[in-house]
Amino acid sequence: MGIRESGNERKYYYSHIPIFVIRIFINSPTHQLANSPAMIDLSIKIAHLNLKNPVMTASGTFGYGEEYKDFVDLGRLGGIVVKAVTGNNRDGNAYPRMAETPSGMLNSVGLQNKGVDYFVKEIYPGIKDFDTNVIVNVSGSTIEEYVAVAEKINELEKIPAIELNISCPNVKQGGMAFGTIPSMATEVTAAVRKVYKKDLIVKLSPNVTSIQEMAKAVVDGGADIISLINTLLGMAINADQRRPVLSTVTGGLSGPAIKPVALRMVWQVSKVVKVPIIGIGGIMNATDAIEFMLAGASAVQVGTANFIDPNVTMKIVDGIEAYCRLHKVGSVKELVGGLIS
Amino acid sequence: MSVKKVLHDLVIMKNEHLNKRHFVLELQAPEPLPKFLPGQFVQVLVKDSPSTFLRRPFSIHGFDPLKNTLRLLIQIKGEGTRHLSQVREGEKLNVLYPLGNSFTLPAGKNVLLVGGGCGVAPLLFLAMWLKEQDVKVTILTGWKRKEDIFEKDAYLQCGVVLMTTEDGSEGETGMVTNHSILKTKLSFDRIYCCGPDPMMKAIAKISKENNINCEVSLENTMACGFGVCLCCITPTHHGNQRVCVEGPVFSTKELGW
Repeated sequence: MGIRESGNERKYYYSHIPIFVIRIFINSPTHQLANSPAMIDLSIKIAHLNLKNPVMTASGTFGYGEEYKDFVDLGRLGGIVVKAVTGNNRDGNAYPRMAETPSGMLNSVGLQNKGVDYFVKEIYPGIKDFDTNVIVNVSGSTIEEYVAVAEKINELEKIPAIELNISCPNVKQGGMAFGTIPSMATEVTAAVRKVYKKDLIVKLSPNVTSIQEMAKAVVDGGADIISLINTLLGMAINADQRRPVLSTVTGGLSGPAIKPVALRMVWQVSKVVKVPIIGIGGIMNATDAIEFMLAGASAVQVGTANFIDPNVTMKIVDGIEAYCRLHKVGSVKELVGGLIS
Repeated sequence: MSVKKVLHDLVIMKNEHLNKRHFVLELQAPEPLPKFLPGQFVQVLVKDSPSTFLRRPFSIHGFDPLKNTLRLLIQIKGEGTRHLSQVREGEKLNVLYPLGNSFTLPAGKNVLLVGGGCGVAPLLFLAMWLKEQDVKVTILTGWKRKEDIFEKDAYLQCGVVLMTTEDGSEGETGMVTNHSILKTKLSFDRIYCCGPDPMMKAIAKISKENNINCEVSLENTMACGFGVCLCCITPTHHGNQRVCVEGPVFSTKELGW
């Protein structure tokens, strides 16, 4: 896991570290040694998933991976979570679907996808041999739909896990309802658990009063891993036109604007569940990723940042390694829940 | 396969202010630029502008493979573009390219280009490209008043130039869609149009009445610009399509206009 990019770009990765410190470790003999994987262990296991490093991509921001091949060596990612798959074709919501907001964006895409059968037949063959964990985000409007999709994905040999999306704010029925009522969250998780034999990740919505209750509810239902947070429900208005910006009026807020909320929720959830946590929410650089790990996440998903810098995940992987070297951390496992308080 | 997309820091060679609201940035790349086609666009990162979170998409206004430069015509609309209007020569901008599809060549050799507002951005590059292919170009542009008009000489080098101004200070008086040429029986092989949606729809209607194929370039708001966020979709005869990948150029027939 070496530093491959040019000096120019390298500065950017370590923007949080003073330049003189970078010079010292880049020029030092230990840096050469550090290029051997034995020096710093970036790998981490969550449930049965072996991740090369804690950096994954968030569903809906990374397409099916193919779109990033010009920018990212997919083999250097811990995993990718591909775009949500539902039971049938969904056209998604009407345009406009996006509003830029301070330090973030609102979206109301509405789970546009061609349905699980199309995914299995047309998409899966092209992505199954990626040299990383390819995880499928599973969505639905009814328990039956979630179960039907999960059953079909369960048959795909090269998909080691699914992420149950019980938190999309942009669909009229279901979706977020399953993610806001604890008993419904337990019910849908348990129903999918029955048919899905590999690792079951459940992605939580932040639009709840108690994230801890939701976390416990999905663990009760049989979740192996919890990922959080999905987008925060928000709204944007065009004052000149006196109209909402989004066709759906409300949408999901993502980007660094939501990072403090996400960190708080990861930290709170880590106090009440034993399953591994994947932290998501406004991660723009390696420091952000490390903050999530310190708060209790074993891995992270990078989402909106991919839109602005399609190469950002590679910088985050390198930056985590640089952080570990700087702080004499031998394995990223030491970072998980490593908050001093 | 499409051309490989790249992210590069391009050097600002020129920042030329055309009037109070429009400026042109000329950018030079460290490596040979791909062979850009008219209609394609780039995504520019705006640094040090806190309210500008996403990249800003701009269509290519000019491309010079010999100088290895591209030109972007930008209208100051908000904080991001205001910030860009103040960049200085020698500074760098991080740019993602090449993005989107492009205008296509007509079967015949006689075309009309119609632009309004900042919609003229891709049309100069298109006009130059068409002229290189020996296509006879007529360019019709609409402006508020004479003082706003820019780059007329560049258009004159590509073909016949027609204009409207809202106050009548240059060319015909009124909106671009009311120009007298559009009221005659048109015999162009293709009409290309870029501008506000109502204008493009009006031109699409005129094209349809004259049984001429029309290509328009859409400007939907987008987050990524390379096909993953699915924010910039437009309904077409083939379902929702991404303006950033399947577009920004669409035939008005596909759009059902």
